[in-house]
Amino acid sequence: MNYIGEHIFPGQLGHFLTILAFVASLIASIAYFKTTNAKTIDETASWKRLARVAFMIECFAVFAVFITIFYIISTHKFEYSYAWNHSSLALNPGYLFACIWEAQEGSFLLWTIWHCVLGLILMFRAGKWEAPVMTVISFAQVCLATMILGLYVGHAKLGINPFMLVRQLEVMQNAPIFSRPDYLSIPMMRDGQGLNQLLQNYWMVIHPPVLFLGFASTIVPFAYAIAGLWKKEYTGWTKAALPWTLFSAGILGLGIMMGAAWAYESLTFGGFWAWDPVENASLVPWLVMVAGLHTLVVYNATGHSLRATYLFFIISFFLVLFSTFLTRSGILGDSSVHAFVENDMNFQLISLMAVFLVPSLILFFSRYKAIPHIVKEESSYSREFWMFIGALVLFLAALVISWQTSFTPIYNKLAGKSTAAPEDPEFAYNKIQVFVAVVLGILTAIGQYLRYKDTPRAVFVKKVGIPTVVALVLSLLISLLGDIHYHKHGPGFLAAVHLAIFASVYAIVANAVYIWTGMNGKIKNAGGSVAHLGFGLMLLGILISSANKDLLSKNNGILLPFAPESKQDPTENLTLIKGMRTDMGKYWATYQNKDSTGQHGNITYFKIDFENKKSGDKFTLYPNFIKATKGQEGVSGNPDSRHYWDKDVFVSVSATSFDNVNDTAQFRKYNVKLKDTVFYSGGYMILNNVSINPAGTKHHINPSDTLIVADIAVFSADSMHYRATPAIFWKGTDSRFIFDTVFAQNLSVGFTSVNKDTHAFELQVKESAAMVPYVALKAYEFPHINLLWLGTVIMVTGFGIGLRRRYMLARSLKPSRHTAVVENQS
Amino acid sequence: MKKTHIVILIFIAAAIAVLVSFTGNLTTYETVASARQKEGKFVRLIAKVDKTRPIEYDPAKDPNYMSFTAIDTLGNTTKVIFRNSKPPDFEKSERLVLNGKMQNGLFECKDMLMKCPSKYKDDPNVMKKNLTITD
Repeated sequence: MNYIGEHIFPGQLGHFLTILAFVASLIASIAYFKTTNAKTIDETASWKRLARVAFMIECFAVFAVFITIFYIISTHKFEYSYAWNHSSLALNPGYLFACIWEAQEGSFLLWTIWHCVLGLILMFRAGKWEAPVMTVISFAQVCLATMILGLYVGHAKLGINPFMLVRQLEVMQNAPIFSRPDYLSIPMMRDGQGLNQLLQNYWMVIHPPVLFLGFASTIVPFAYAIAGLWKKEYTGWTKAALPWTLFSAGILGLGIMMGAAWAYESLTFGGFWAWDPVENASLVPWLVMVAGLHTLVVYNATGHSLRATYLFFIISFFLVLFSTFLTRSGILGDSSVHAFVENDMNFQLISLMAVFLVPSLILFFSRYKAIPHIVKEESSYSREFWMFIGALVLFLAALVISWQTSFTPIYNKLAGKSTAAPEDPEFAYNKIQVFVAVVLGILTAIGQYLRYKDTPRAVFVKKVGIPTVVALVLSLLISLLGDIHYHKHGPGFLAAVHLAIFASVYAIVANAVYIWTGMNGKIKNAGGSVAHLGFGLMLLGILISSANKDLLSKNNGILLPFAPESKQDPTENLTLIKGMRTDMGKYWATYQNKDSTGQHGNITYFKIDFENKKSGDKFTLYPNFIKATKGQEGVSGNPDSRHYWDKDVFVSVSATSFDNVNDTAQFRKYNVKLKDTVFYSGGYMILNNVSINPAGTKHHINPSDTLIVADIAVFSADSMHYRATPAIFWKGTDSRFIFDTVFAQNLSVGFTSVNKDTHAFELQVKESAAMVPYVALKAYEFPHINLLWLGTVIMVTGFGIGLRRRYMLARSLKPSRHTAVVENQS
Repeated sequence: MKKTHIVILIFIAAAIAVLVSFTGNLTTYETVASARQKEGKFVRLIAKVDKTRPIEYDPAKDPNYMSFTAIDTLGNTTKVIFRNSKPPDFEKSERLVLNGKMQNGLFECKDMLMKCPSKYKDDPNVMKKNLTITD
């Protein structure tokens, strides 16, 4: 059949380019492998030429694939599944990139692109290490290319082709609309499904590329380690790999924290870190990479810890692959909010892990004995000893987190069980990691005051004394005056939190002092101290903001006369009636009005005034509601926040009154009997029961009074269920009607007379537009979160400073012709 | 024995102790029937919204009270009380993981994880449904 209006060419071009990328990377791998093992200079040169050309063709193809996908999405070619599933006409063009990241194929593509960039740099900078290092990277490119290949090998499908047409999708086979040649003119096909609202955020445009650069860069230290084992030049690579390790740790750290910032700002996940399996999967390779960084530094300075360095780099890269498996295999389906739904790529993902891990470990263990090591033990007063201990703690913390993250899904899969995370999963992590924070904080503080090999006791004690005392005083002040009220998990955990506060303050103070006393204020040499200082600030920010996070919109149940039973814990949402000043913890809050804007009028902003009870400081926040894209009735909200230097106030709307236009506010009378139904515009109601002086009523009844209550169940068209209990109240001879309202349906229901003879009751129903405009919202105060962001920036800067210095050192070590001449003369 | 080895052994022992205690704290995924048998125990109930029964939520009266009926794959149902605001797109969710306890025949839900078609577009069934409804 000839379909009308389809643009087939971009897809064919794109698919050709993915195959080209696959073939070129395969040739590059083989050619680089041959280069590495070549015996003669001529052989090396010719293989290397081929390998470089192949790798460059691969890079070209990968970039072209990306541009093709971008073209398809940005020109709204909805015949393609990628565009139809992940974008829509209404989408802000700024988020087009986010559409690409949203799909599995797109994130694999991003990863591949970064490998290309890193590979091109290494090709010209790695010198004699180019061939073995690039063999590893080219091979990784082959594996990643299979993920977007979408070819069938026998019955097994290899990867997902990002250039599938909607009608070519397996599930779409025999879908009736594709029997029409003009299917593209059907409204459903003329616009896409749109991008998930949560991803329509500027963090989602920039955070995935940075995070994936972090993931991709872990391959470089790994490739150097493999190159060392392979060429049996066990020690020659360590100086060249150090700047790359710093780069990888810095960028991956930055990417993780950008993800945390996104989670924090969207507030949907309840803060910057929730120990979600997907978050953990990115943290764990970073921890091991940082462990490897420290042992690498130790080796370069002292000759110790080389074996551990090899192991850490292998495992760090493996954990990146493992996290890919966890997040994409669907195995986390029930335990993560971020994970992808299951697909048929499991076998391919498991193979990806095995194909790197098994040969690496065989190579490592078979050459283990040959890797140089120093038999003599490190002194307890040496820097290398404590750095190794620190690396070990990082590594074990990573293993524990990995275990906690992946034990239940994998165990369930293998053993057919149904275990799940503990009741309070965050606390299960926190109660362990708080001690890791204590150990790391203290090691970070004292580490640099120790010298390599050995430190005279007196010198160490003298130098570390002042920062220790200062840190003790400062942390005591924070503990005593900082209002640390984290009592939720008992005194033991609270004590650990205080201890961790000391450790982090110690890390900050000791490293700040060391920059001046140890480094004489030469920042450009003090990368390590700067990074450690930033790390200390991050720890402190995490501890204080988590421990002191305050719920402002505390609903203590005073406003809940209708709830079937009240609950001990204060609940999270508070309702603000329009124009009514409401008590909200430290603030007075007033809901002023709302305003719809946006291209399609699909965003509603709520204006909410705040006034600080103590300081009188006034500000206005505008949280919003976004009507979901096409074909979806739902809404999702964006919070708004007020940033202070020492705290953030966050507000997000959870529900609001509807806008109806029919303000013909008239009561209608209905004469009904028990179990009769009354219809209104938005649904119907049933008179369930009428009772006299019922027990447990909210009205105060004297013995002489009579209260007749109608119990009415209201069913709205959107299948919501409400209860209304209007009443007639006789106080002596006075009678009055107590109307009840169903705010959400803009209903007012009255019960106005009883006919004893016919057992009929008169009900009055009024529908009015926006009877009581209100918003229900959540509000939080996060204190000192800025310490975390500031710490992140400082830590990444520290990595950058270290990277620059180590890069200069590594370059100056390279034997150039100039230095050779100088050596000859001397 | 080198002191590094001693430190490593201590750490590994600590790590194992931690992991064993973690395994002891694990909860389980349950169906309605099996959750009823474990009344009062914290479980994770896998179910979906029974759309034939009403969802009760009136934020003007109480923004922290929502109730609905959940139905599991075996067809068993239970009323669920969730003391929080109705999550966005709740009606559209295809699958729920409800974390809480069965108490007096009601499921007291502490928090929930929703799987929505909009969030998980890679789910083929949803995609097919979206297209076939239209024609």
